[in-house]
Amino acid sequence: MQTGRMETTQALLYLDGVSVSFDGFRAINNLSLYLAAGEMRAIIGPNGAGKTTMMDIITGKTRPDEGEVLFDHGQYDLTRLDETAIANLGIGRKFQKPTVFEDQSVADNILLALKGPRSPLSSLFGWRNNVAAERIDSILDTAGLLGERDRRAGEISHGKKQWLEIGMLLAQDPAILLIDEPAAGMTDAETMQTVQLLKRINKDHTIIVVEHDMDFVRALDCKVTCLHEGSVLAEGTLDSVAGDQRVIEVYLGR
Amino acid sequence: MITRYIFSRHDKAGMIFLICSALLAVLIPAGNLLLPADSPFHVPDHVVSLSGKYLCYASLAIALDLVWGYCGILSLGHGAFFALGGYAMGMYLMRQIGPRGVYAHPVLPDFMVFLNWKELPWFWHGFDMFPFAIFMALFVPGLLAFVFGWLAFRSRVTGVYLSIITQALTYALLLAFFRNDMGFGGNNGLTDFKDILGYNIQSRGVRAVLFFLSALLMIGVYLVSRWMVTTSFGKVVLAVRDAEPRARFLGYRTEHYKLAVFTVSAAMAGLAGALYVPQVGIINPSEFSPANSIEAVIWVAVGGRGTLVGAAIGAFAVNLMKTIFTTGALAPYWLFMLGGLFVLVTLAMPKGILGAISALADRLARLRRPRPTLAAAE
Repeated sequence: MQTGRMETTQALLYLDGVSVSFDGFRAINNLSLYLAAGEMRAIIGPNGAGKTTMMDIITGKTRPDEGEVLFDHGQYDLTRLDETAIANLGIGRKFQKPTVFEDQSVADNILLALKGPRSPLSSLFGWRNNVAAERIDSILDTAGLLGERDRRAGEISHGKKQWLEIGMLLAQDPAILLIDEPAAGMTDAETMQTVQLLKRINKDHTIIVVEHDMDFVRALDCKVTCLHEGSVLAEGTLDSVAGDQRVIEVYLGR
Repeated sequence: MITRYIFSRHDKAGMIFLICSALLAVLIPAGNLLLPADSPFHVPDHVVSLSGKYLCYASLAIALDLVWGYCGILSLGHGAFFALGGYAMGMYLMRQIGPRGVYAHPVLPDFMVFLNWKELPWFWHGFDMFPFAIFMALFVPGLLAFVFGWLAFRSRVTGVYLSIITQALTYALLLAFFRNDMGFGGNNGLTDFKDILGYNIQSRGVRAVLFFLSALLMIGVYLVSRWMVTTSFGKVVLAVRDAEPRARFLGYRTEHYKLAVFTVSAAMAGLAGALYVPQVGIINPSEFSPANSIEAVIWVAVGGRGTLVGAAIGAFAVNLMKTIFTTGALAPYWLFMLGGLFVLVTLAMPKGILGAISALADRLARLRRPRPTLAAAE
């Protein structure tokens, strides 16, 4: 009980009344969101709706001005922890712009992500120096990157970098994966492969996906939350959200 | 375990470098001491002390390459760690003079007698013991780097801001060591050394041993650095260099990694300084001058950063040029040449001398291989 509160919530991730402003601009405004363990959730919303800022708050990059962000059924107060501590609790993140370690091989990128001790001493002397190739290969196989194993991560295509980053998340084996625009810059075929990949990962991980591509969101076939001006506008199935009058107004402009 | 890394993962350049260094470590002292002066292979005394000095610079360059080339921390104050190690050795050498100083005081070095000091300052105690002085040559630079790095990396000071404060660090130390009441000989520094471990510091035998130890140190600094960068530690360090926020989101405490690299590098630089001082016979505050630290960065850039071997090559090449050009008619223009060299290397050889050599070797290898011809295709 890090928060010292007796109240526990049902949700794996619990955001309540969260607000944050940058120079007077309210990027997140009284946002509340509950995520059950094992769930897959798509977050949609127009540009500037606060989708990426929300991820920044969950992962500790940005501190909210007010509100609660609790993880693991209320056990941990994420607003008090930094990026590293939150990552080690089991919250993994894929960035909007694929961010991999470009100067190192695809396999080494996975190696660096593998769950395990992360201190300097353990890196010098520990097991990470003797990881079996099969362990890395099985993750590369899942991510569809086995053929790129020994290439420099900076050389592979944009779409494959997205997969590599998802593969790194798999290696990290977090409780929740936050995935920001995984289909950006992908061909239609790659987009559908990504859907299959996420569905496979969802079997034993909780996932939040931010995405603009409606075909992609439809294919995910999961609960959808639409954000607008930093708070939740509508929540439910894609059809119910897409049919919501306010959502239509926001997307088409008033 | 360490040896396994050393012998299993050596690139060609590293192997050549190790073999050449080991040969030099033996052949130069042997050529100096064993061959008669009229032999064509005799190595003159001044070459021994000069190349011993270069070896210490090369150790400093490798240590700097570890933080800059691999961890992306551009330290413009590494000369400070080198100088601190040098002062630790200088203090030992001063204590070795004993009553043979100009004022013949049994304990106090000359400059303290001159300043009318009655007793040894507390921080001079223990420096009459050689192992203690060597320990301090490692410990003091390491501790300074640890405290400095802890404050800077924890506050996430990076890039040019970090470079500027490392520069300020060495400048502050320069000003502090200039003061007489700091207790390190002020402007004049520490000099007039007589003995080291009871042996005459000027003797040819001692000079040859110091050279040999400098070569050993360079090999040691290389092997430690090489080991660090080839373990998964090195992979994390590269990750921190290329995408630090990403490494944080993977759960790495990046500031701990930077701190580890910075501290180890500073301690190695300190040891290089400790071996440098008995070979040049003096240590004074000018060793803290910002220009020295910047020059070390140029060695690394010229040799090829992020290669370790390149850093050592750069230190040799630039200092050899410095020795040649600062003694002749071109002496007043040396700094222009150095600046020009830096610009030229940055523009024409972005991977430094080592990068240019390996590119050339690749091209030669490709020429030697028979080219696929149309006839073969048919």
